[in-house]
Amino acid sequence: MFPILGKEQLSPTITKFVVHAPYIARKRQAGNFVIVRVIETGERIPLTIAEGDSDEGSITLIVQAVGKTTKLLCSKEIGDQLVDVVGPLGNPTEIAKDSVVACIGGGVGTAELYPITKALHEHNNKIYTIIGARNKDLIILESEMAECSDHLFVTTDDGSYKRKGLVTHQLKDLLDAQVEIDAVYAIGPLPMMKAVSQLTEHYGIKTYVSLNAVMVDGTGMCGGCRVSVDGQMKFACVDGPEFDGHEVDFDELMKRNRTYVDFEQEADRTYCEAHKSRVVA
Amino acid sequence: MSVLNPLKPSERMKIPRQESIEQSANDRSRNFLEVSFGLNEERARVEATRCLECKNPICTEGCPVEIDIRSFIQAILQKDYLGAVKKIREANSLPAICGRVCPQEEQCEAVCTLGKKNPAVAIGKLERFVADYEMENNLFSVPEISIRREGKVAIVGSGPSGLTCAAELAKLGYKVTIFEALHAVGGVLRYGIPEFRLPRKILDLETERIKALGVEIITNFVVGRTATIDEFFGEWGFSAVFLGTGAGSPHFMGIPGESASGVYSANEFLTRVNLMKAYQFPDYDTPIRAGKRVAVIGGGNTAMDAVRTAKRLGAEKAHLVYRRSKKEMPARVEEVHHAEQEGIEFLLMTNPVRILTDGQNWVVGMECQRMELGEPDDSGRRKPVPIPGSNFVIDIDTVIEAVGQAPNPIIQATTPGLKIGKKGVVVTDESQRTSRDGIFAGGDLSRGGATVILAMRDGKLAAAAIHEYLSRKQTNHEDDSPLYTNSYCQYIS
Repeated sequence: MFPILGKEQLSPTITKFVVHAPYIARKRQAGNFVIVRVIETGERIPLTIAEGDSDEGSITLIVQAVGKTTKLLCSKEIGDQLVDVVGPLGNPTEIAKDSVVACIGGGVGTAELYPITKALHEHNNKIYTIIGARNKDLIILESEMAECSDHLFVTTDDGSYKRKGLVTHQLKDLLDAQVEIDAVYAIGPLPMMKAVSQLTEHYGIKTYVSLNAVMVDGTGMCGGCRVSVDGQMKFACVDGPEFDGHEVDFDELMKRNRTYVDFEQEADRTYCEAHKSRVVA
Repeated sequence: MSVLNPLKPSERMKIPRQESIEQSANDRSRNFLEVSFGLNEERARVEATRCLECKNPICTEGCPVEIDIRSFIQAILQKDYLGAVKKIREANSLPAICGRVCPQEEQCEAVCTLGKKNPAVAIGKLERFVADYEMENNLFSVPEISIRREGKVAIVGSGPSGLTCAAELAKLGYKVTIFEALHAVGGVLRYGIPEFRLPRKILDLETERIKALGVEIITNFVVGRTATIDEFFGEWGFSAVFLGTGAGSPHFMGIPGESASGVYSANEFLTRVNLMKAYQFPDYDTPIRAGKRVAVIGGGNTAMDAVRTAKRLGAEKAHLVYRRSKKEMPARVEEVHHAEQEGIEFLLMTNPVRILTDGQNWVVGMECQRMELGEPDDSGRRKPVPIPGSNFVIDIDTVIEAVGQAPNPIIQATTPGLKIGKKGVVVTDESQRTSRDGIFAGGDLSRGGATVILAMRDGKLAAAAIHEYLSRKQTNHEDDSPLYTNSYCQYIS
């Protein structure tokens, strides 16, 4: 069992957890993820490790409540236990050295981007960071990202905070202003990563994206997370999760990620109804 | 003629082979309860009287773990069912499992003397009968371990090879820790073999027995990621490591359309159902899109498990698509027979060439071609070749590919110096030693895809080799202070 040591609400729907997982804390690197099962009857879901503290034996997970499993997880409190946490899984990020990079986070993807940005900062890179979300409430880790970035830009789709628009608008402005960027690290919703990759391909800039495919085991056993990269079948869990954004077939992955959408909605509805009735009772 | 069985051999030969009691095909194809209830006591006793009690019991040679079959059958004749299962346990730590999933028809029963002219003695069913007797009457007793030996052993993977290796080493007195990547113990016995062939209660009980020997099991631990083998030898303080991580990485055919929604590897399909209990959605959170018209590709036991599972999940049409004829199928005869009874439709001499999809990337059909058998290939089986112009489309919404697995590459990638062979298997000698000192391997990881019992055999051989290795290490280090008894020293010299 994996007890929750800390909990902090980053926004109305995004929660930060510190979880006791000493083996994982010692070994994790930027870009790694864990598979979590919240309860005995639960499903296994991948979550990126945002931070780790090997002295305390803990890892930090940042979770947006979007469906049944993530809502259930976000309802857990300090002292509660997660039944399973396994990792660190996936290949760590290739961290550039002494170059100029752009780190682009969309929504809760910023939580996944944070450890990478920190590692890039420690390796003496000049960092332009752009974080974006639908609205002000979904902007997270702004001050943490600012601390490890040379320049930080924030966008919201609805203009409720800082620049109105998309992260790609900000990136295009930078590129058009002749900022020399050697590599881009983009993590967020698939449409965002696709848009960033299309833009950077035009400018010929190496772009890393992190793919959140549907997974069961996370160790290369089920093949459920297969993605097409440069026409080849890859497993996001063991060959990734990061790939060259210019080679990823995003449209195919977006369709694959809708495989269970009706099941997800049913589970979510049942959970919310049960949750509501408990509150009323 | 023996004192236990007064019947003459000619009389024994006249007794018909006793059959298990089974759920009807109609009932069982709608539930996940075990297909076979096994032999009852009366049938088991009749079956035991069929054994010719050969002077030279060749059946034991046919058994990969060399169970003393004649003796355990003689114990059944004496109604000493507990004695029978104890006799089996001397050679086999998982009798209730082997009695259910072993291909006896290719092993002990294939060489049975009675079987030359008559149906062989139902050895597997008798094994299961006594194992179930022990379980149902709660008669298992932990064998006394009289000696504690120096040396900690790490077992990587809790499948049949790892469980067996762990049990053997624990009985020898070593401190053993099993590391399992998933959240539940059993490896392929847990995620692969369905409940209707191997009830989870049995796997759980056999696991508890191995724990009762003092074996520690750590789940949620991916060796290679959570810690490496070299760290095991270093800071973790292990003296030897057994690798039994199986062949868990699924192959795909490489035909167009495999990225569609509704295409599964058999591994994923079975893992969702067996490990994650997706068939109990929404009580369990893991979903599965089971499909109404399903095609399973392949002819092995995994293909049979997948197609019979699809049927149980409510498929109206469950096809098995195989490119050779029924005769060449690697699946157990019993499984093929059960599948046919349950209404599985076999599309033989048929090879898929393309999965058809709609605009949203859902499976809407599969294009296949007819095959004919040509010259024998490397495996000795006649190679199927396509018949030109024979293409046709089957109307399906789900495809499950059971076309083989390779070893999971994580261990190999994170363990320098480990010799890797064809198709990613870890190379071992006949004692299961790998190219690296102190590292042993077995099961599908070194075989590339075989059976539960062969994995167990490897686990057993590896345990003996590890014992020898650690004993030699001890004597080399402590020449002046012999730790072992004389008989033990004879064994290692």
